[in-house]
Amino acid sequence: MKRNLVFAGKNFIRMVLLLFAVSIVTFALVSASPIDPLQANVGQAALGSMSEAQKEKLRSYWGVDTPAIQRYFNWAKDFIKGDMGTSLAYRQPVTQVIAVKLANSLFLMGLAWIISGLLGFVLGVIAGVFEGKPIDKAIKGYSLLIASTPAFWLALLLLIIFSVWLKLLPIGLSVPIGMEAAGVTFLDRVRHAILPAITLSITGVSNITLHTREKMIDIMESDYVLFARARGESLWSIVRHHGLRNVLLPAITLQFASISEIIGGSVLVEQVFSYPGLGQAAVSAGTGSDVPLLMGITLITAAIVFLGNFIANILYGVVDPRIRKGGRRG
Amino acid sequence: MSCTNKRHILEIDELSVSFLQYENSKSSSQIELPVISRLSVSVHEGEIVAVVGSSGSGKSLLAHAILGLLPYNAKVAGDMYFDGELLTQEKIAALRGNKIAFVPQSTTYLDPLMSVGAQVRGGKEEDKKKKQRRLFKRYGLTEEVDEKYPFECSGGMTRRVLLTSALMGDPELIIADEPTPGMDLKLAKKSMEDFRRFADEGKGVLLITHDIELALEVADRIAVFYAGTTIEEAPVSDFTSEKTLRHPYTKALWRALPQNGFQSLPGVQPYVKDMPKGCPFGPRCSQYGTECEGEIPMQRVGCGTVRCVRCVGEPLAVEEHHHHKGTEHHGPVHHHGAAERHDAPEFEKTMGGSI
Repeated sequence: MKRNLVFAGKNFIRMVLLLFAVSIVTFALVSASPIDPLQANVGQAALGSMSEAQKEKLRSYWGVDTPAIQRYFNWAKDFIKGDMGTSLAYRQPVTQVIAVKLANSLFLMGLAWIISGLLGFVLGVIAGVFEGKPIDKAIKGYSLLIASTPAFWLALLLLIIFSVWLKLLPIGLSVPIGMEAAGVTFLDRVRHAILPAITLSITGVSNITLHTREKMIDIMESDYVLFARARGESLWSIVRHHGLRNVLLPAITLQFASISEIIGGSVLVEQVFSYPGLGQAAVSAGTGSDVPLLMGITLITAAIVFLGNFIANILYGVVDPRIRKGGRRG
Repeated sequence: MSCTNKRHILEIDELSVSFLQYENSKSSSQIELPVISRLSVSVHEGEIVAVVGSSGSGKSLLAHAILGLLPYNAKVAGDMYFDGELLTQEKIAALRGNKIAFVPQSTTYLDPLMSVGAQVRGGKEEDKKKKQRRLFKRYGLTEEVDEKYPFECSGGMTRRVLLTSALMGDPELIIADEPTPGMDLKLAKKSMEDFRRFADEGKGVLLITHDIELALEVADRIAVFYAGTTIEEAPVSDFTSEKTLRHPYTKALWRALPQNGFQSLPGVQPYVKDMPKGCPFGPRCSQYGTECEGEIPMQRVGCGTVRCVRCVGEPLAVEEHHHHKGTEHHGPVHHHGAAERHDAPEFEKTMGGSI
């Protein structure tokens, strides 16, 4: 029990330090950006019609002229109190914007995460077990091809095929156009999420497949598999008893490490499908110099990625007897 | 001295194993690395045969070759017979774990994520539990060891686990690759007793080891492994004196034993990439001459065989290889060979003390 508390405590401190570092880097980068928040958020025409006094008022309201370090400390002070500020583009509290966008994205990313994880694992295991055989070559070839395909290009391709030519799926957004929010069904949401989710899954699969394959090859060449064969175990028995057991640990690492890739991929994919998720919000926050929103999104995604790795660490202890029992003994 | 005329359980005839490897990182041309060349050894019923060679000389590959477990880039030539039948890849696959059991070398042969009890049972659970428990008990492995993982087992415990896994089936032949290091003397003796008991039931053990003293203690016959081949195969009784041994290397080994003077032979075994022409022992042999540069055939001298042109013996005739159960193969050959061996004292005299 005490050990678990120490473990959790250590990880919490780590997360705080990480978020602190991420916030500094993000802030520094945004401050160095040449985009003028006034021009980006008010618009060229509106800005032109404003008087110099009005502009000055807006500038001081948004803190454009305050030194960057001062602005960072102001932001950090509020953030610690739980106030992430107000988004310049959405004119809403950042927490609110993120909550809505995250809910949209989570569905998308969760689906892609599970599909790419499962599919990648299965394909990787098959390829690794049958290394050098035609099925391995096919899987490896596919994975390498997909790994070198940009996600946005694949998104456009799927969009052309399924939405433009076949007209099977909607062309973009997360809900039907011109429909009242109350009238949107769950099925509508699913239909709009299919294409972006598939794009994310397909691109996510290759990485997991190739890594799992590599691990599986190592396992199949290990002494303990050789010994299992010497004891007359069949290939299926070896894969089931020794292969899956040993490939599970690296697979867990991969699966949780892939969260960051899914989030990264979603930025591009959501852009192509005009899907109003976190990724798209991040892009508009970045291009619009919407500092509070960008900081909020960056920190939330960093925390999600960190939590993923944290969960992977906990799962190790559950799966690996060397950690589970070793810890108990020590 | 009586040579064996018992049934062959395992007979290996001129086995060669080589690996295809890329010459270096830049080149795409592959070269063949011969790791085992023209190795012959046989195990008869009731026999423990020790293959003795120094560490890292490719002895383990011999075990893997017999079990058909070499990696895909290995090339195998030569014939192997089990119970008189030619071993094909399919036949080996059916025999291993069943009629042929393997005791591997190190702890890495156990799955790190599976309890040792379950591994010895081989996945098939409860019906084997009783036998596994009985075997574990015999080797002093308590009930809680069943549930232990390999990382929790000491070296000696792991050896015992590996040993019991071989005894789980109903094997005719056990191939043991360095089974005793890490065991204390008592346990090592016990496991050797088990091998002995196993062999006495009319079965065979091929013991691959670097420990010549252990081999002398338990084996019936000893095959000396040098630079990828067997240079001599002799009954253990031949090792009582240097005179009864055949090959200069075996003699040198004998002299290196503590009770025989502890004289070590200078030099090292050649690496497969720069193998000398002809006799692999040539560079270290004081008797080396031009006649050693060619192909050295295996010949029969007494109840053993030797690969040395200086030893006058009987060539191994093709007719010897009848692979029928219970056939007397060597009757006429060994009497003749024994006589020949005594005709060659001169060679032994010149060899003495010069290595």
